[in-house]
Amino acid sequence: MQARIEIKYIIPDARAKVKQKQFEKLGFLGKIKAVEIRDCYTIDAGIKAAEIKKAAQSLVNPLLEQALIDNFEAQKKFDWAVEIGFLPGVTDNVGNTAKETIEDLLKKKFKDGEGIYSSLIFFISGSLNREDAQKIADSLYNPLIQRVSIKSWAEYKKDKGMGIAVPRVKLDANLTVSEVNLDIDEEDLALIGKQGIKSEDGSRRGPLALDLEYLHAIRKYFNKIGRQPTDVELESIAQTWSEHCKHTIFADPMDEIKDGLYKSYIKKATEVVRKKKGKKDFCVSVFTDNSGAIEFDDEHLLTHKAETHNSPSALDPFGGSVTGIVGVNRDTIGFGMGAKPVANIYGFCLANPDESRVLYRDAAKKQKMLSPKRILEGVVQGVNVGGNCSGIPTAQGFLFFDERYRGKPLVFVGTVGLIPRRSKGRKSYEKKASSGDYIVMVGGRVGQDGIHGATFSSEAMDSGSPATAVQIGDPITQKKLSDAIVKEARDRGLYASITDNGAGGLSCSVAEMAKESGGCFIELDKVPIKYPGLEPWKIWISESQERMTLSVPKKNWLAFQKLMKSRGVEATIIGEFNTSGKCVVRNGKQTIMDVEMDFLHDGLPKKEIKTKKIEFAHSEPPRKNKKDWSQTVEKMLRRLNLSSYDFISSQYDHEVQGGSVIKPIQGRGRVNVDTAAIKPLLNSKKGAVLSYGINPNYSDIDTYHMAACAIDSAIRGAVAGGADMERIALLDNFCWCSSNEPERLYQLKRAVEACYDTAVAFETPFISGKDSMFNDFKGYDERGEPIKISVPPTLLISAIGVIPDVMKAVSIDLKYPGDLVYILGKTKDELGASEYYALISEEEKKNYLGNKIPRVDAAANRKIYKDFFGAVQKDLATAAISIGRGGLAIALAKMAMAGKLGVEISLSCLPGEKNYDDVDLFSESQGRIIATVAPKNKERFEKAMKKNPFALVGKVTDGEKISVKNKSGKHIVNLALNSALRAYRSNFKNY
Amino acid sequence: MKNPKALVLSGYGLNCEEETKFAFEKAGARADIVHINDLIADKKRLRNYQILSFPGGFSYGDDTGSGKAYANKVRNHLREELERFVGENKLVVGICNGFQIITNLGLLPGALTFNDSARYLDRWVDIKIEGESPWLEGIDTLMIPIAHGEGKYYADEKTLAELKKGKRIAARYAKGEICRYQDLAANPNGSLEDIAGVLGYEGRVLGMMPHPERAMFFHQLPHWPYLKEKYKREGKPMPKDGPGIKIFQNAVKYFA
Repeated sequence: MQARIEIKYIIPDARAKVKQKQFEKLGFLGKIKAVEIRDCYTIDAGIKAAEIKKAAQSLVNPLLEQALIDNFEAQKKFDWAVEIGFLPGVTDNVGNTAKETIEDLLKKKFKDGEGIYSSLIFFISGSLNREDAQKIADSLYNPLIQRVSIKSWAEYKKDKGMGIAVPRVKLDANLTVSEVNLDIDEEDLALIGKQGIKSEDGSRRGPLALDLEYLHAIRKYFNKIGRQPTDVELESIAQTWSEHCKHTIFADPMDEIKDGLYKSYIKKATEVVRKKKGKKDFCVSVFTDNSGAIEFDDEHLLTHKAETHNSPSALDPFGGSVTGIVGVNRDTIGFGMGAKPVANIYGFCLANPDESRVLYRDAAKKQKMLSPKRILEGVVQGVNVGGNCSGIPTAQGFLFFDERYRGKPLVFVGTVGLIPRRSKGRKSYEKKASSGDYIVMVGGRVGQDGIHGATFSSEAMDSGSPATAVQIGDPITQKKLSDAIVKEARDRGLYASITDNGAGGLSCSVAEMAKESGGCFIELDKVPIKYPGLEPWKIWISESQERMTLSVPKKNWLAFQKLMKSRGVEATIIGEFNTSGKCVVRNGKQTIMDVEMDFLHDGLPKKEIKTKKIEFAHSEPPRKNKKDWSQTVEKMLRRLNLSSYDFISSQYDHEVQGGSVIKPIQGRGRVNVDTAAIKPLLNSKKGAVLSYGINPNYSDIDTYHMAACAIDSAIRGAVAGGADMERIALLDNFCWCSSNEPERLYQLKRAVEACYDTAVAFETPFISGKDSMFNDFKGYDERGEPIKISVPPTLLISAIGVIPDVMKAVSIDLKYPGDLVYILGKTKDELGASEYYALISEEEKKNYLGNKIPRVDAAANRKIYKDFFGAVQKDLATAAISIGRGGLAIALAKMAMAGKLGVEISLSCLPGEKNYDDVDLFSESQGRIIATVAPKNKERFEKAMKKNPFALVGKVTDGEKISVKNKSGKHIVNLALNSALRAYRSNFKNY
Repeated sequence: MKNPKALVLSGYGLNCEEETKFAFEKAGARADIVHINDLIADKKRLRNYQILSFPGGFSYGDDTGSGKAYANKVRNHLREELERFVGENKLVVGICNGFQIITNLGLLPGALTFNDSARYLDRWVDIKIEGESPWLEGIDTLMIPIAHGEGKYYADEKTLAELKKGKRIAARYAKGEICRYQDLAANPNGSLEDIAGVLGYEGRVLGMMPHPERAMFFHQLPHWPYLKEKYKREGKPMPKDGPGIKIFQNAVKYFA
């Protein structure tokens, strides 16, 4: 029967109070009298009324809640009821848990097609009209994944409640496999690539992102074997050849670079560094696996990987970001024989949340883009749920704002993993699927979600972007899978190889693993699906989450199956690895795919990429001569890019697993920092320092220096936190735009060249990387005019450094009055594209970008960092911070705010050129660290740093001022700590 | 008994089992992580242990309400064994999600509901020990972290009066060293009368929202870099342990 259980809160409900406040902020201040929230479960299953009653009791805590079954009479009067539920097929974690609970309680399994669906009702009392109720509903739901039902009191009474809605998936799809004729004219062929295969009803299935050159190669291959491809084959090839999977822009020859950017620069840099390091090389697995791995200690390796999940996050910020974080966790679980995730990192590049510009995806202005505030809240919540529920500490993260992230936000997520070097007598960082091994899919089931994710993210986003590209992660399904794999099955040696089901789903993971054995055979009808009626091509490429593909030797199958079953993890044999040299897929008795592995993986034609030089000249602001810069420092601290975001850090669990050392918020003043330290092994004193660098603003001047600065920033952050210069590894994440335009490609080439030069000079190897090349939004503005918004060329560099003793890690907070303040490194006139110039541009409504962006002197900086590590190991630095965005004044203010201590410095002997006050305070010159030293260690510290540019500039005080004198001895900053902290905390107050 | 045995439950999204096991071992116990399905398959196994721990985590993702689904699973399969266990002179602890589970089970009175902010919060708190329990002996105050979305303790008046009378309020949030250091309010979630944990079964069953295992090392303290400098300048040795380890040590001592 169908029944509806509503759970009513019988004590004050904090959620309802918070929601009421949020609704009031939509323009209904004083209009809303009360909000009540009810959790609802709609049961659609063959269970009896008495059983439903029993089930309802298992869904309440009687001290807090009461269960109402099909009950509406008892409802107190309200004005509007808004019910939000999921659309059919969207992951409903709450509904799934309720189902599992009730099955366990009643000791019976639901049949296929039966289910429990969760929803939330908001009963709102207040003087609101229907339009107001709709506005509230709009703030609560996302039409791409959710449904809404709004009823007035009168309607509710008349209809006897909200009514039963069962979002069961009904697919009357055509389950046959069709041939796709490629011997058609060029125009039609191009359409297949751009919009997808034509369905019977004439509609297109969604982009394959195959251009004519690729389609010709596919046509030639099938002509050669004497037939047309099936839809499954074409979809599969499109997935495998997508930019997302093959990274053709980095792989193909570019101008004079015959081997492409990746081989010639990124990979090459690592090769050169490893060779140079010789016996001190600490890399173990680079670029070949789902994550990169470095040595941690004699018995363990650390892995690291960062990913982006941008396009889905623009459509459904929560779903996009939760899927992103649990997805990159699988790059850890899928490293080698399976590493345990020990820390997450995040970074969100967004538009100002207060920006009110309205954008549409379509010309008819029907598909409105979510507001930047909704996107911010959604992506923050996604990593909250994904990280917290998975029991992985979120060690470090950042926010970066620029109006050009309005169309596509960038959502960076990364995971550090820990793995023993050897497991069950095998090297755990190597794996091989052998002929005869079962192909086993474990974890979640396959649904319609995430169709065309890989090809979708390889295209600019427009109104044709498929809603099915959105998935919602289910962290608990994955947690069960992760625990069963990395805490049990791995060390029992039950499988031979493992990989993640990410972009492209089974089509990519199986075909990728099949390279290890030399071929594969799949029975698609064996794949467990969420609901009946899925077309074969969808099953094959679906990106439904929380799944891994394993290669299980036949002799281990029973033991493996038993273990998975007892851990609540579904595991299914879907085929066998072989040496046939082919990827063959059968559905029942029909062969629906039969393609040679060589063609599948290497058949895509190489393209000659041409770039076109582009140079910029920007206007310089007139130099300001101020007597007092205190107010300017305060204004800087109010800027989104320098502001506190502890509302994020404090809602992300950063202490689970017990390895927290340097937390994301530091000191008495709770200041956000760029550097974190963790201790991933409970019984070892060794640790890892994590940091990052990102300077998209510099791209407007020169992407070469942008990239060099990102690398220097990432390394410098780690070093300031106590990392060893000789043991730092890097990740590169390129998020570019319009990568079909030669000018953008030129910018890319410059950036990649800088990656090589800088990484080699610092001797810091890249161990893993990822790119996302089309972060452009093509849509319509308020007037319906076409608009394109491209992100600025963005490169995130993440650094990871192993430290011998976590108790030597350094925090930023000033510790003791009287401590000496040192500045290491040279300050230069490098205010171009600085946060300071952004401030004056905004104030004067001009676009003063300037031209002199920071340049990295890697050799000099490396020396500073190396010597600073020496000083840190001798416990000589009591606090340290890397000087980054906002320059020296902001770094100094952060140290003072964190320690809630005063500081007095004089710039009279600041190392560097002879500069103006604004340069000294706000230039973002690289290679600089502020450190404090106890007076008794003055000589030792100075001796340790003697071969470097550095200066003793002042001291920590027990006063309440941040005080700076300029080169001529004049007081130019005199800022009260309280004012600084107020400014620093002025944003995100109501988040 | 010199080294009592602790069983730390796992499975379905519990996630603090490894550090909780480590804390018990560090305190001198022998500890095993046991998946709930393995315990259900071999119920009598519980009888080999003196201490049972429901660790923190996100069992079933907090879906249907924190701790509820895991509690249902325990109730459906392990009720008798659990009753037998608490009926003997043994110890039980529920930490964070574990506390939510054992209140849902009815092993401890009261309930945990949404934080006043209706949001997950990770921060440090100070707690003042109040109840009488083997777990809490000799402890006056503790600096300790919380990390939860549903940690606001609730009980009706009658229950509350009983708790007070029986000295069964384990600890209350109070302003102490860490709140002063970070300038934070004492009560992080709006808990009734600042209650951070409660006791049952003559103090042998402890439920608390704060995580003692996340305060077992000195380096876990938010202000350890400052304290390191302080101790150095005062010529004192730097401690290795954090304050939370005492709770585990007390459990071991109880069986000594």
